Amino acid sequence: MSDGEVIVGLEVHCQLDTKSKLFCGCSTDYRSDGPNTHVCPICLGLPGTMPMVNKRAIEYALKVAKALNCTVREESEFSRKNYFYPDLNKAYQITQYDKPLAEWGKVLIEGDDGNEKEVRITRVHVEEDPGRLVHMGGVDRAKYSLVDYNRAGIPLIEIVTEPDMRSPKEARRFLNKLRATLEYLSVFDSEKEGSLRVDANISLRGSERVEVKNITSYKGVEKALTFEVTRQRNLLRRGLTVGRETRHFQEGRGVTTSSRSKEMENDYRYFPEPDLRPLRVRDWVAGIELPELPDARRERFMNEYGCSLNHARTLTGDLKLADFYEAVVAAKADPVLAATWVADTLLGELNYRDMGIGKLSVPYFAELVQLLKEDVITDKSGIEILRVMLDAVKENRPADSPKDLVEKLNLKKTGGSSFATEIADVIAANPRAIEDYRSGRKEALNFLVGQVMKKTRGRADPGELNRLMREALGEAPGK
Amino acid sequence: MVSEQDVSHIAELADIGIEAEDLARFTREFNAILDYFDILDQVKSGEPPAPDLVNILREDEPEPSLPLDEVLRNAGESEDGFIKAPKVMQ
Amino acid sequence: MSGAFPATVPEDRYNAFLMVSPDRSHGTGALAGIPVAVKDNISTKGIPTTAGSRILQGYVPPYDAHVVELLRTEGAVIFGKTNMDEFGMGTTTENSGYGPTLNPRDPSRVPGGSSGGSAAAVAAGIVPMALGSDTGGSIRCPSAFCGIVGLKPTYGRVSRYGLIAYSNSLEQIGPMAGNVSDVAKLFGVIAGHDRRDATSQDRPCKHTPDPEIKGLRIGVPKEYFGEGVDPKVADSVRNAIGNLEELGATTVECTIPSMQYALAAYYVTCTSEASSNLARFDGIRYGPAVGTKKSWHEAFQDIRKTGFGTEVRRRILLGTFALSSGYYGKYYAKAQVARGNVRSDFLRIFKDADVIAGPTMPTIAWKFGEKSDPLSMYLSDILTVPANLAGIPAISVPCGTVDRMPVGLQVMGRHFEDERVIDVAYAYERAAKGGSA
Repeated sequence: MSDGEVIVGLEVHCQLDTKSKLFCGCSTDYRSDGPNTHVCPICLGLPGTMPMVNKRAIEYALKVAKALNCTVREESEFSRKNYFYPDLNKAYQITQYDKPLAEWGKVLIEGDDGNEKEVRITRVHVEEDPGRLVHMGGVDRAKYSLVDYNRAGIPLIEIVTEPDMRSPKEARRFLNKLRATLEYLSVFDSEKEGSLRVDANISLRGSERVEVKNITSYKGVEKALTFEVTRQRNLLRRGLTVGRETRHFQEGRGVTTSSRSKEMENDYRYFPEPDLRPLRVRDWVAGIELPELPDARRERFMNEYGCSLNHARTLTGDLKLADFYEAVVAAKADPVLAATWVADTLLGELNYRDMGIGKLSVPYFAELVQLLKEDVITDKSGIEILRVMLDAVKENRPADSPKDLVEKLNLKKTGGSSFATEIADVIAANPRAIEDYRSGRKEALNFLVGQVMKKTRGRADPGELNRLMREALGEAPGK
Repeated sequence: MVSEQDVSHIAELADIGIEAEDLARFTREFNAILDYFDILDQVKSGEPPAPDLVNILREDEPEPSLPLDEVLRNAGESEDGFIKAPKVMQ
Repeated sequence: MSGAFPATVPEDRYNAFLMVSPDRSHGTGALAGIPVAVKDNISTKGIPTTAGSRILQGYVPPYDAHVVELLRTEGAVIFGKTNMDEFGMGTTTENSGYGPTLNPRDPSRVPGGSSGGSAAAVAAGIVPMALGSDTGGSIRCPSAFCGIVGLKPTYGRVSRYGLIAYSNSLEQIGPMAGNVSDVAKLFGVIAGHDRRDATSQDRPCKHTPDPEIKGLRIGVPKEYFGEGVDPKVADSVRNAIGNLEELGATTVECTIPSMQYALAAYYVTCTSEASSNLARFDGIRYGPAVGTKKSWHEAFQDIRKTGFGTEVRRRILLGTFALSSGYYGKYYAKAQVARGNVRSDFLRIFKDADVIAGPTMPTIAWKFGEKSDPLSMYLSDILTVPANLAGIPAISVPCGTVDRMPVGLQVMGRHFEDERVIDVAYAYERAAKGGSA
């Protein structure tokens, strides 16, 4: 009873990657410039100014709508959402209310049970981003707000889902799929800070719905929702009820806190934007050519390159990763081995260092895969070489080729015979381990092999060493 | 018919102040006007006329922004290029 | 003129101007050297622009309205900024935050509004031409009350970019002058498409007024001569229409049943849009600074209490109410349907008539303080708002006097037939000058 089914719906806002803002010609490339330097009378909301819709923003939004299998409305229009906040300089946001651009689509994700499931898209619409508030010393200590309107007027696409997700993980998978799709469409740059914001609605079946706002990272969504599930379940277990409310996600602390603002009571007084004219763009959809999307690419990777489902899913889940993988295969690397090394090893290293692929060299990576394929180096050496290459990328300096690194670091895999010295040394230095081994403790063998590996700096193949060590310890060869 | 309380509530919604001593007269005048608006109830529901123009769009071409000093010129207070605003009490 | 800006004009006994520009430089073109007054809700780069309100005191726009750019291109002298009812909300210019403007024909009477300053500036002979704006009669009313000519163009023919918005779906900037030819000349300069105004139509005007009206069919709506219209004013206008008949026009009786709710539809629409348009005035980016000592909402409420006059606050509240949850369908949505009906009524009449004529205002200009009840003030807009609701062109041209005060003849036409409306006014003006009764 206290473990009611989790129900999650999401509202995702993504910045569309146009050159100019939604309603004016200010450049959208504001992130490296000072505050209020990408502002004009229109996006500053000066009296007398009027909006003018960016055609590319609509084209991008239609691409998204088509990719998400939505129906584009015959006629859609812009509306004013009226509320007062310092970052909203017209005191209304131009958005789309009762006649959004598109409705009723779907996205396929991997469900928690491993099967494919559908997340329905309620609507897709276009709206403008407000400005940004900054507080010196933090929002609680600052005596006033500082406002930067560079972001005001940046085009946003809002994607609203039905409450079809059943866990924080499913929500995370949906977001990954959505992000990848938007990247494939070239309408969105996920690496731009703040380019994606999520509001989540979560409830336990039978209880009230809680809205969580202000989630600005993909990881944050899963964290916030996991926290909420726990919080709500705890309330129910203690015999209390879950209150219907809006909460804010505190990224740093990983918790949601009750929002004391009057958002729930806001009456936005929507009405059609009288300075704009309706859109009749349904017949533009037929002419929109979609690129190969993640699902199709995944299928192709499996068919064309022999990737496993999991590897294909991982690779196609990120546009840059997928492109990198295909480039590496095109550079003559073995597809199946490359899939493992990109999807498992490389991705792991990138995540650990919190970096993107960046300028990692395709030919060098392909060369690395081939060295591994031809058994020139061990897996361990391969990882070492990869780490050196990634360090070079991170520090923005030129890298040596893997072949050069093999020479420089003496990583060439060698035959077992030249390790006789190292094996003898290790045996001599570890009598206790020998005893343990002889008394039947198999893990002592691994320890001894490990010691040899250390001495040989991973040049030896662990399997080979295992055999040699057992021989040296008096077992019959070939066992 | 709206009450003085309703008018106060609308004033809060609109973030506009009315002095207490003006509230009674204001409410009376308000109601007289709203009564007049009731004639719209006679209008049968329907669709407003079709729009005269549709798909009025502009090309995605960047244009120069305002120089910072012009942005800040009319602002009350600014700091390091930011415009200062009172804090929203949380 | 408390709180007005320096450089006032010695002859400005009527408080027509809030600001006179010291810069008389100009280029060449159709208006070369002609001083034009600009209503203070039209943005002028480098020249303070207040929309008649204290909440914009000190605001200097960093850009010109489209029409101002056009004036400059044709060599006009931007003479100064004229007084107006705050944000266009009013029929008498008494609602200005900077004191009322007086009617040059009788300074104890109102000049009309909201473009009272522009009308007075022309009527007093300070400038030959002026720009005004008309949301529900704000060009035509003061033109009628001050005895000058004023045109509200077809909606969309003149760019609104730079016009401080009051009611976006109703208003147009328009020309005001002492005679029809000058109105036509100024209209020719400002009409045309503007790529920054999405509601703007590609309909420039290149027209010299033509007084030939033989065969013209004039619709005479009974609602324009019914109760609520001063009988002497009605007579004056009927005489004027008689003059037009003598010139070869014919009249046809008609009716506009939707007039009964036209005023309500107008006030619901304009207050709703205004409540949204005026929400941005918070003293942060422009206007009198609010400082940061109070909280955001407190500071916001304060500046709006002191910076806005009573009528503006009243209309904001009405509009907020009309758009609020539960009321949108009853008010705003219904008003748009009502507008459609008004438009249909006109289109129906325009099958059998080429223009429609009647009084501009139901009375002559009244004395200051005579009308103080807001509703009765609103009711005086009854004859002007239908043209705004339908978006059709409408001109007011002086046609005689009643009790020594001017009366305006209003001529309305089909969408985009502003030229014809100008022609009819021109025909009347010439005939009237020729001395016919």
